[in-house]
Amino acid sequence: MSARRLRRRLVSGLMTTLVGVLSFVAVLALAVILGYLVVKGASSLDWNFFVKNPVPAGQAGGGVANAIVGTVIIVGVAALIGLPIGIGTGLYLAEYGSGRFGWIVRFVADVLNGTPSIVVGIFAWTWLVRPMGHFSALAGSVALAVLMVPMIARTTEEMVRLVPHSLREAALALGYPRWRTSLRIVARTALAGILTSCLVGIARIAGETAPLLFTALGNLNFSSSILQPMQTLSLQVFTYGTGPFDEWHRLAWAAALVLMGLVLLLSLTARWALRSRHGAAR
Amino acid sequence: MAPPADARLQLEAVRLTALYGRRAVVKDVSILFPAHSVTAVIGPSGCGKSTFLRCLNRMHELSEGGWVTGTVLLDGADVYDAGVDPVQLRRRIGMVFQRPTPFPTMTIYDNVAAGLRVNGGRSRGEVDAAVEQALRRAALWDEVKDRLKKSALDLSGGQQQRLCIARALAPEPEVLLLDEPTASLDPAGTQRIEELCHELKRRYTIVIVTHNLQQAGRVSDYTAFFYLGDLVEVGRTEELFTKPAQEQTEAYITGRFG
Repeated sequence: MSARRLRRRLVSGLMTTLVGVLSFVAVLALAVILGYLVVKGASSLDWNFFVKNPVPAGQAGGGVANAIVGTVIIVGVAALIGLPIGIGTGLYLAEYGSGRFGWIVRFVADVLNGTPSIVVGIFAWTWLVRPMGHFSALAGSVALAVLMVPMIARTTEEMVRLVPHSLREAALALGYPRWRTSLRIVARTALAGILTSCLVGIARIAGETAPLLFTALGNLNFSSSILQPMQTLSLQVFTYGTGPFDEWHRLAWAAALVLMGLVLLLSLTARWALRSRHGAAR
Repeated sequence: MAPPADARLQLEAVRLTALYGRRAVVKDVSILFPAHSVTAVIGPSGCGKSTFLRCLNRMHELSEGGWVTGTVLLDGADVYDAGVDPVQLRRRIGMVFQRPTPFPTMTIYDNVAAGLRVNGGRSRGEVDAAVEQALRRAALWDEVKDRLKKSALDLSGGQQQRLCIARALAPEPEVLLLDEPTASLDPAGTQRIEELCHELKRRYTIVIVTHNLQQAGRVSDYTAFFYLGDLVEVGRTEELFTKPAQEQTEAYITGRFG
């Protein structure tokens, strides 16, 4: 009796320790990455880094203003294209997608979700860059939007599905047409969740590099034209990180830190938005 | 059932059968609901009483696989007629559900106004007046008049249910369907809703589904007993409870099954 009890306790303690250590390792990875970025990059962060454009190779100083602006523009345009399509698809799937067509859309979204981003980049190159004859930020935005749509669609669907069926019925019984029930009642109720999934989606594509290599290409100068090649932080990290100069490596670390901070900020905002809304609902 | 000769017939189900796919859950039910009366629908769980109620405002057909044969007449007109828009119909037949379903993103005021706004064509002042009237009729006005702009979720369960009644009343329906409206309420909340039924029947025709026999006895003028999808018996409440015509009814109301 007591021997068995002892064994149980032992195994229980052992397993608890094991999963505890494993979680610690998982968290440690993030902590190490963040810590290392701060150690290597923080010293290069100054005012100039944010407001100056890159200087010719070999010279000291300069910043990544062009990449920061570029990231905002490319990701912004991608969101402008991707969010409406993604949210609309998600809403459709949750509210009307019980038939065969819904099944197909869901399946395609899942496949697209698992598609390596570099493949999407190649397609954007084939369909946009080649016909246009030159690399452009717009092509990059489209590639990112394609990556974003299935992600947003599926998470939006999940969020909308969380809305109790009784609310739908209450609206319909009140004489709401179906489409108005979907928009005014169901989507409104799921709004915090939908916004969160948007922020997470934006955070996810903000760090993408591979699809931009074939599309936005990168640009060592400042450019705000979406029809021209444009720099992003991720491309900056790639170019500078693989370049031959110490100065470049230093800037790459700093750019990586800024990018990481940006993504972290978006994720935290998403969490905060979800929590504060849900907290109020309870 | 024989309603009094002077009573106006508001709602009538004629040989109504409700199905899920090929399974009939309400079978060939014909019943009259006189205007300005409360009719209780009783019966054990799964007897089809909720489904029957949902046929009256064409909510049943929104369920997966739900369809009906037979028909329902509202003021003599067939509500299942091809020319009838179910959305419009539901504005004439209000419904309140088992659990309170306030719209969580809306304020108390907006909840009550929701059914009015979807109709459109009313000025601010008219909506204000209609909201106040509906809240008064639902006996909630005094409790919420100072916090109309607060979230509807701040209300207690009983208040939320009365809010849902107010929301159903605001568009001025002719008929009010109550689907076990007190199932999730405490005794005090239940009592308030029952008192409301007495008040409201002066203006509306009420059909209330309940599994609580005492409640049926307290609130209704007529009672219909459903069993396994069949309408076993319907009659004046005091008669049905004191001298039921059917053995099944007697067995149920004396608590021998259910």
